[in-house]
Amino acid sequence: MNHDVIIVGAGIVGAACAAECARAGLKVLVLERGTIGGGTTAAGMGHIVVMDDSEAQFALSSFSRRLWHELAPQLPADVEFDACGTLWVAADEEEMAEVYRKQKFYSDRGVRVEVLDAEGVRRWEPNLRPNMAGGLRVPDDAVLYPPCAARFLLEQAARDGAELRTGVEVVELLPSGGVLLRDGTRLSADRSVSATGPWSPALTPGLPVRKRKGHLVITDRYPDYVRHQIVELGYLKSAHSMGKDSVAFNIQPRKTGQMLIGSSRQFDVEDTAIDPGILDRMLRRAAEYLPTVLRLSAIRAWTGHRAATPDKLPIIGPSVASERIWLATGHEGLGITTSLGTGRLLADLLLGRKSEIDPEPFKPERFESGKHAVGHEVAAKRAE
Amino acid sequence: MKTYHFEIVIVGAGPAGLAAACAAAESGKRVAVLDDTPWLGGQIWRGEQARPSISQARKWIERFRTTGVTLLDRTSVVAVPRRGLLTAEHPEGPRAIRWQQLILATGARELFLPFPGWTLPGVMGPGGMQSLVKNGWPVAGQRVVVAGSGPLLLAVADGLSKHGARIVSINEQAPFAQVAGFGLTLLAHPSKLWQGIQIKWRLLGIPYRLGVWPVAAEGDTQVRRVTLTNGEKNWTENCDALACGFGLVPNVELALALGCRLQNGFVQVDKWQATTVDDVFCCGEPTGIGGADCALIEGLVAGYAATGQRSRAADLFYKRAHWHHFRERLAKAFALRTEVRQLASDDTILCRCEDVTLARVRRFSGWRDAKLQSRCGMGPCQGRICGAAAKVVLGWEMESVRPPILPARVEALLVLNGNSNGPAASPLSKT
Repeated sequence: MNHDVIIVGAGIVGAACAAECARAGLKVLVLERGTIGGGTTAAGMGHIVVMDDSEAQFALSSFSRRLWHELAPQLPADVEFDACGTLWVAADEEEMAEVYRKQKFYSDRGVRVEVLDAEGVRRWEPNLRPNMAGGLRVPDDAVLYPPCAARFLLEQAARDGAELRTGVEVVELLPSGGVLLRDGTRLSADRSVSATGPWSPALTPGLPVRKRKGHLVITDRYPDYVRHQIVELGYLKSAHSMGKDSVAFNIQPRKTGQMLIGSSRQFDVEDTAIDPGILDRMLRRAAEYLPTVLRLSAIRAWTGHRAATPDKLPIIGPSVASERIWLATGHEGLGITTSLGTGRLLADLLLGRKSEIDPEPFKPERFESGKHAVGHEVAAKRAE
Repeated sequence: MKTYHFEIVIVGAGPAGLAAACAAAESGKRVAVLDDTPWLGGQIWRGEQARPSISQARKWIERFRTTGVTLLDRTSVVAVPRRGLLTAEHPEGPRAIRWQQLILATGARELFLPFPGWTLPGVMGPGGMQSLVKNGWPVAGQRVVVAGSGPLLLAVADGLSKHGARIVSINEQAPFAQVAGFGLTLLAHPSKLWQGIQIKWRLLGIPYRLGVWPVAAEGDTQVRRVTLTNGEKNWTENCDALACGFGLVPNVELALALGCRLQNGFVQVDKWQATTVDDVFCCGEPTGIGGADCALIEGLVAGYAATGQRSRAADLFYKRAHWHHFRERLAKAFALRTEVRQLASDDTILCRCEDVTLARVRRFSGWRDAKLQSRCGMGPCQGRICGAAAKVVLGWEMESVRPPILPARVEALLVLNGNSNGPAASPLSKT
């Protein structure tokens, strides 16, 4: 065995796994068919956010957010880490009820939050339309620029002895250990880890990961146009449904002064072309919240695919097919946040260390023997 | 959103677009020309509409005006949401333009190559400097060094000197042996020769050097000195401005967005000027850098062919072949030497929008990697300047084009469902 671990995929999840494994002393090889952070990572907004859809999601996202804050002093300038906080905005009283529910959920678990009334929202974000019901401010959330964050993590891994090869396509994860490359080369290793996001079913057939296409638009520089990553709470009503295309208002101030506008979800659309219809809906939704956003100068629009799972939790741990084939995939729209927690958890599991958070909810075997279908039902019910 | 319907839509009101419009109008179809500027004539004939000085430009602008073709000026194409539809930005709001046949006459832009000092104030493209002067930039008494490559250097030096600039020198990177061959080509193209002689007369006494190129520009707050070389020795000339461009780059972004195939960086067309996409034609610089005469003929062929006037189009094939021959000679005569691809030092900026040095970009494996990691090409020019330079200097190809084709207000990306009145907005301060 030349390597202890071969990690397939140099997106932010693969990079975080590489950094943790190398730090733990494992001999790591990272293989990437394209460029560093050029897949799902390049289509992520870079929101470091604590989420509350489930206890497991909260555990992983809050753990990961803490790891990002610990790492922040070491992050180079081009990672553009900015603890700007999240502002969840409520458009009406129904959504205000959600603000209070979230407030309780987070406060009970030690996450700093602040409820804002209409005036409070207005004071922080004067460009929002005036008649918001209120909002929830999560001051310790942050944003960063994902492709450079992935590169930084790989540089850390390299300092700890990891090796990276780009332009190398893996076509099979071998049950006997190691991988088979497109050119027929076999590379041996004790374990392989698939961190291939939406493309993971190709390497581990049957894995319940679906492609979810998203659109993003970035503007020219308008410093302080918004100060927080602002997310609508209608998000819960629209964007979490599994079946149909949806859009939600989500805007992020970049350190450069640029505004990054999202978000859209389309399931099982393979191509990466801009879909003018969904882009139109996404931007109209943004303009409902920020009327003047229509007058900003847009520089680029692009798309990407995220890896969605039936229960909206990532898949971390040994596959059901082989103890030698491991998974770190299915992070959907939260992968930038949860990459660091995933890396730590994966290394803990590989080394038999005790983890800070319970790894059980993320294990691949949860989808065995019909549980996978149950996951679908739960998600569908939540969407209703 | 204001919506227009036309049978024939021509993008670009330069020589190729004007000629295409004139030819297409003869069919009696409903024709429109779009241009992002407020004038007719494109970049090459900028200012001719207001103050004519080139008889050829005046002739074509007058001819265009007799056609009844609709001009949609200050209209920049933003996206092609679906077949038969363009969306565009206009100062008064977004536009939707429906078409049955589309003719691309999108012209070319200047090629800038990075060298130490190329981002100093006072260093600009020859074409850009000419435009500034036509818009009233006071050049009288200023010492201007002209450098780079291509016939435009002479024309611009001529224009600047007419406005009172003191041309210090004109420096063409192509060696004498290469350009001498082109001189012979001029003999076969009398109108070009006549222009050449006129220009030469006015520039008498100013050194026109061949095989000389800039290696550095220096100055504190603006350019004051230019170091030039002939490959054997370097020398420095004092100046107040440096006009430097290394030829032209075709504007192929809209063609790419439509899915047209390129060949060697130019839009691939057949004898009817038809692209590889049905009902989309292309003429002028995007098919090959050939100058105004070549663009006019191609424009006429495209205008006739797109409106079913094929015999009229075919009548021009012989003349067009003549100008295509000229175009080939032009490309050979002014081919870039290896040295000008290697002028940048490690701290020379490649991407002006995002302040990214060439050394930083060079570490990456390709354009996409460099863009993602260094922000090179991510600014408001969308990589038009540094991407073209990276192609020449590093051999990298740019990615496919996505909307907005040019930076545009977000509202210009709202295309489909009609709601025409966007919410009222207060002006934003932008830095």
